[in-house]
Amino acid sequence: MGILLSRNTRVIVQGVTGKEGSFHTKLMLEYGTRIIAGTSPGKKGQTVHGVPVYNTVGEIVRDHGEVDASIIFVPAKFAPDAVYEAIDNGVKLVVVITEGIPLHDELEFVNYARRKGVIIVGPNTPGLITPGEAKLGIMPSHVYVPGGVGIVSRSGTLTYEVARELVKHGLGVSTVIGLGGDPVTGLDFIEVYDMFSNDPLTKAVVLIGEIGGDAEERFSKYYASLRVKKPVVAYIAGRTAPPGKRMGHAGAIISMGIGDYPSKRRALEEAGIPVAETPSQIPLLLGIR
Amino acid sequence: MKLYEYESKDIARKYGVQIPRGVLATSPEEALRAAEEFGAVVLKSQVLVGGRGLAGGILKAESPAEAYEKAKELLGKMIKGERVEKLLVEEKICVAREYYVSITVDRATRQITYLVSSMGGVEIEELARKHPEKIKRMSVDPSIGYLGYMGREATVFMELPWSLSNQVDHVLSAMYRMMIDYDAELVEFNPLALTCDNKLIALDAKIIVDDNSLFKHPELQALYGRGLTLYERKAKELGFNYVELDGDIGVISNGAGLTMATMDAILYYGGRPANFLDIGGGAGRERVKEAVNLLLTHPKVKTLLVNIFGGITRCDEVAHGVLEALAEAGVSKPVVVRMLGTNEEEGRRILSEKGITVYSEMDEAVRKIVEYSRGG
Repeated sequence: MGILLSRNTRVIVQGVTGKEGSFHTKLMLEYGTRIIAGTSPGKKGQTVHGVPVYNTVGEIVRDHGEVDASIIFVPAKFAPDAVYEAIDNGVKLVVVITEGIPLHDELEFVNYARRKGVIIVGPNTPGLITPGEAKLGIMPSHVYVPGGVGIVSRSGTLTYEVARELVKHGLGVSTVIGLGGDPVTGLDFIEVYDMFSNDPLTKAVVLIGEIGGDAEERFSKYYASLRVKKPVVAYIAGRTAPPGKRMGHAGAIISMGIGDYPSKRRALEEAGIPVAETPSQIPLLLGIR
Repeated sequence: MKLYEYESKDIARKYGVQIPRGVLATSPEEALRAAEEFGAVVLKSQVLVGGRGLAGGILKAESPAEAYEKAKELLGKMIKGERVEKLLVEEKICVAREYYVSITVDRATRQITYLVSSMGGVEIEELARKHPEKIKRMSVDPSIGYLGYMGREATVFMELPWSLSNQVDHVLSAMYRMMIDYDAELVEFNPLALTCDNKLIALDAKIIVDDNSLFKHPELQALYGRGLTLYERKAKELGFNYVELDGDIGVISNGAGLTMATMDAILYYGGRPANFLDIGGGAGRERVKEAVNLLLTHPKVKTLLVNIFGGITRCDEVAHGVLEALAEAGVSKPVVVRMLGTNEEEGRRILSEKGITVYSEMDEAVRKIVEYSRGG
């Protein structure tokens, strides 16, 4: 099981002929992702690792039938347009790998998607993976083995680090979702937790947060209000980050007094969620529950 | 990118927001002339760091002679590490009451949001802590935009005389247009003052433009990088995400989250990170070399930790990059490398031949570098 993605999910790649797009199309195919086609305006007729290329998403739907999910590698300037193209052609899950998309463009397409009932993962995300089934992203798949821990993260490489720690202790993962590093993202911790909560395979959830924003605080409040819940363990990066400085991600900035480490840690612990000091402590905290 | 107060005010003025008359001065003589024109003035240091008022960056002068002296005092002064190069010399305004208004992006609701308060002049952080009930939030759907009732509600909440509701409407709608036109993360007037003759005037203005949108604003893009330290500027030129910190252990890692986690682990094991340097994805030999070189030549960096966890990163490339940088920098500082990826064994062999230990576990590598930084 796992959430959102399985080996049967019918996937397209937008921006399939670019360097990143074609490289990761190859890796996703090797992992077992069912990629039916890709787009790259003006490149119709080409193939990328055996995947047929079209000018538009509309042509793919016409020739191949409905598309379940799209993964977008289109450069920042043109990515919003690609997101709208996917949504308007009935795609229900859109993974936006692209980083550097203007804030107000993100606001607009994220709101548009929500009105249309479309799930956006990202922008600026490593994507998602359901180990043993399929991957819709750019993460190194070898660090993940199938199992019962769901991971939801605001970070990329840190997620690989955490997954590796789990594997070292014999724990596998159900699905891993990167929410994305920008201030505005399609999904938040609460929504992904609810999906994990309804997934029979997922027995516990690891939440990887960062300084900036108040997503962790809001999740804590929500989690505390639940009567039936799955165990959650958290790690928050950025304890040493100074206020007002952007730590790489557009989202990771302590501003207007919101989003510092102590506030997040306090909120999580008050909701009964143990917070690991280092990634290596996460399996131990999962184990003692 | 944060704009200076005078730049933000120039923009606000274009959108019809009332701003005190003012002159930008780079010498005491210019400040004197401004005071001759305006009478009593306020001299405001133009810096990008927050909290300049408490740091003594804003002074009042009743006469031109006093303005000259105060300008002399302020120009060249260091405020929280930033040198004052320019002063905004403004006419002194008779203020009846101060308010707070801002517009920003609310991550939780994914909407543009106004914050308004009848308690202006204090930092919003402090206000939110002490008097959260005095702040009103109003969400704007980005596909609809500002609506007139918001101005009316703000007027009532801020306890402004109803006769001023048109002025409030004018200010709030201007803020929305500024937010959209300049791709801003934040537009803030704090304080927005009610003058003794019943006008609303923005005594301070702050605009932060979204970095990802700078390509739409070439005139602003040219200014990007102001307020950075020497090494922050060098790192930016090399295309690294880099932030200066207070400690002495240099940190190079890939991905913002892992880089922060590495810094945090250093603190956890008793050390202090000197920086945040995110080298980005798929770093090859050249990138690693540039990053290592940058930090080795930094006077504050005493030891260096490289922590690369790459799916597709080649460890032999990382190893060569580290060695080349060490040779080029010509300084010997303890270096610890932790790397995972392809060709791990080869990378480990290359480095260990030169006496550099390579670790697979982050905790081990961090403990080792902390030990080195303590002279171990």
